[in-house]
Amino acid sequence: MTAAPAQALLLASMLFALGLLGVLVRRNLLFMLMSIEIMLNAAALAFVAAGMRWHAADGQVMFLMILALAAAEAAVGLAILLRLHAAGRPTLDADTGNRLKG
Amino acid sequence: MLALLPPLIVLCPLAAAAILLLSAGRMPPPAARLLAAGAVGLAAALTLWLAVRFLSAPPPAHRLDVVLWHWLRVGGFDARIAFTLDPLSLVMMLVVTGVGFLIHLYACGYMRGDPDVARFFACMTLFVAAMLVLVLSSDLLCLYVGWEGVGLCSYLLIGFWYAEAANGVAARKAFIVTRIGDAALLCGLLLLATRTGGLEIAGVLRSIQPGGPVAEAAAALLLGGALAKSAQAPFQVWLPDAMAGPTPVSALIHAATMVTAGVYLIARLHPLFLAAPAVMTAIAVLGLVTLLLAAGSALAQTDIKRILAFSTISQLGYMFLALGTGAWGAAIFHLVTHAVFKALLFMAAGAVILRVHHQQDIFRMGGLGRAMPGVFAAFAAGAAALAGLPLVTAGFYSKEAILQQAWRAGPVLWAGALLGAFLTALYISRCVFIVFLGPVRTAPTGRTEASMAIPLAGLSVLALTGGLIEMPDAIAPVHLLFRLLAPVLGPPTTEGAEGGAGVLLLAGALAPLAGIAVAWGLWRPRAGAPAPADDGLARAARAGWGFDAAYGLLLVRPFLALGWLNRRDLFDRVPDLLAAATRWGARLLGRMQDGQVRRYAGWIAAGTVAALCLAVRP
Amino acid sequence: MTTSMPFLLSALVAVWATFMVVTRAVAIHALLYLVVALLALACVFDVLGAPFAAILEVIVYAGAIMVLFVFVVMMLNLGRPDRLRENSWIAPRGWIGPGLLAALLLAALADALVVAAPDGGPIAVIDTRQVGLALYGPYVLMVELASFLLLAGLVSAFRIGRHIRGEDAP
Repeated sequence: MTAAPAQALLLASMLFALGLLGVLVRRNLLFMLMSIEIMLNAAALAFVAAGMRWHAADGQVMFLMILALAAAEAAVGLAILLRLHAAGRPTLDADTGNRLKG
Repeated sequence: MLALLPPLIVLCPLAAAAILLLSAGRMPPPAARLLAAGAVGLAAALTLWLAVRFLSAPPPAHRLDVVLWHWLRVGGFDARIAFTLDPLSLVMMLVVTGVGFLIHLYACGYMRGDPDVARFFACMTLFVAAMLVLVLSSDLLCLYVGWEGVGLCSYLLIGFWYAEAANGVAARKAFIVTRIGDAALLCGLLLLATRTGGLEIAGVLRSIQPGGPVAEAAAALLLGGALAKSAQAPFQVWLPDAMAGPTPVSALIHAATMVTAGVYLIARLHPLFLAAPAVMTAIAVLGLVTLLLAAGSALAQTDIKRILAFSTISQLGYMFLALGTGAWGAAIFHLVTHAVFKALLFMAAGAVILRVHHQQDIFRMGGLGRAMPGVFAAFAAGAAALAGLPLVTAGFYSKEAILQQAWRAGPVLWAGALLGAFLTALYISRCVFIVFLGPVRTAPTGRTEASMAIPLAGLSVLALTGGLIEMPDAIAPVHLLFRLLAPVLGPPTTEGAEGGAGVLLLAGALAPLAGIAVAWGLWRPRAGAPAPADDGLARAARAGWGFDAAYGLLLVRPFLALGWLNRRDLFDRVPDLLAAATRWGARLLGRMQDGQVRRYAGWIAAGTVAALCLAVRP
Repeated sequence: MTTSMPFLLSALVAVWATFMVVTRAVAIHALLYLVVALLALACVFDVLGAPFAAILEVIVYAGAIMVLFVFVVMMLNLGRPDRLRENSWIAPRGWIGPGLLAALLLAALADALVVAAPDGGPIAVIDTRQVGLALYGPYVLMVELASFLLLAGLVSAFRIGRHIRGEDAP
């Protein structure tokens, strides 16, 4: 088994760029949230790759931290999404976010 | 112990000014009056004590240096806040605090009922402090601080009743005209500082080369400052307008003390001026010209305070004439007596003005002598001293000293000064006869308060007897003042003119008598009401010989035109450009803040990419 | 440069699945592709010698969080009009700017990798024991922080979601 950390980091970069593309392109808040999950995963991959390079457990510890962050983010983000949907914005259009009130 | 007194004397009025200023007008008027008069009175008492101590046991070389602290030391240049107590500054201190105290006392009564009395006394006490700094400082930079301080207080007090636009205009005029001179003074100080390496007075005077171009230029520049401050030709135009201020201000600042700062400056730096003979001649000639022009103007005025203002300019001309002929002692002597009798005249005039409902036109007054005999007596005493009534008044002796010196310098100067003495007696007698004699035209009401009457009485006595400290040899060999000042100003010159002294004395005594006689002939009480002369000559004299109009045409109008041309302010365009660029940039960047989450994310990503590019390959 | 076959395979699957997530118009399709991408990533983790991370990726990410997404998609009750609208929103015209930006970012990151490429080495497996020791040794404060974060997420999600039940009063 040989996989250079450089290749893992390249993969992380590609995933991150794809996630960014998703955040920028999609108007639907649900898809934006998914894209953000992808970006978080890419960052986690970078940490794990770095930990592998240095033979240290710290990379996986940071992965755990990102996992907790993703969980909390998903919970709050989805709650907001549902709230928007229930409050009369069934399209979940992010571009009308500037018309929030109350 | 003696060294502690001068700073303490300065501190008294300064502390009062600080308290009054910081009270922001909330101090009740009685407390403000008490504080101001008390502080200046304390300063006067301390000065008197200091004088007694100084005269009974003079310090070595008749001078006492008090260095408070070093203000700034740059290379070899050392500016100090330092006081020098010597006979000259002692005399000036006595005048400033003594006359100043009496005027403060008078102002307590005069300003009764004014809502802003705290502000008034704050400026007045600040003025006294600044004037004391001016006369005490041993460093020209420190002196300049006092010089500007009195100018500031003068401006504030002329415009004291700022609700009337004309008062503000008068204050600005006084400030701007004296500022021209101040600029010249500052240039002179900078020249001296660069050429002699310091501004300490004794050091500067030691290192001056007689007859050199530096001495000439520095003396001329300092003379510019002195001329503007002392309202001498060609800067005399501001003083008559300065009468817009309250009368105690006119008495203190524009008669007794501040306007004599120029005289003091020249006397203090007289070795420098002795090293510049051409400037000395200019001082004498300008003094004589001012003296005659102002006396002529005073003869045609109808406003009682403007008469006194022109009279002040004219008397300052006498002092400059004395300075120009090297008679430093005589100039200081006349400064002292003039401070006394001119303050007396202003305060008596103020008492009259209060009693006749702020009427200032002498042709609407008349017969006031019967209604207010006390004020009449005081005004008459002051007028007699101003006219130089022989033997019994202070003005006679000081004027006589100047006349003798003028004779030694040249018969033309002497003749001019004698003509001036005649005109002085003429215009002040005209004022007395019209105001106090004849039928009553405006009935006076009320009575003069004790706080105003006491200073009048005190100054009346001084105006009549103050001259006895210094008499011509032909009458009695009394030279108290000149002998006191000799360590600073040198021994008075007495050579020459010994033979003709008696004749000169007689001429000097007859001129004012002739003036009074002619005035009696022209303006004695008659059946008809007197009216001001209204021919062309009188109109020109009343307008101050057209100096104002000429300056307006030659200086003010072109300046205003220049200002109009540059009304968009070319130099403001550069910062305006910056402002416009900032505004455009803000509008551009503001587009980014459109509330669209995706664009925010895009901008963040763009910034990240840029930062990354910079970080990876700088 | 040698690359192991499993790594290459999982990496290709992860990129392909992620691209599909970004481009799908139907939410549930995108979600399923996302699960695929996450499973591929788990494989990558395992190849990299991080079995603990791989297992957590499957359990927490592909399991718990994705299920959360699925629940939400079910509650949204999406239908045909939503798909049409979604299709109109991801018209090709809107891809130019973001695509350029993403490409730039990728180029910059790849460039950074070229400038400072970490050298490869033998891969040592870091097992659960080592991670646990690190977690409850030097990183114990971080565990506390993570618990705070999760608690905060719980409280705010509860607070936000409470209004959905109809009564708008807090």
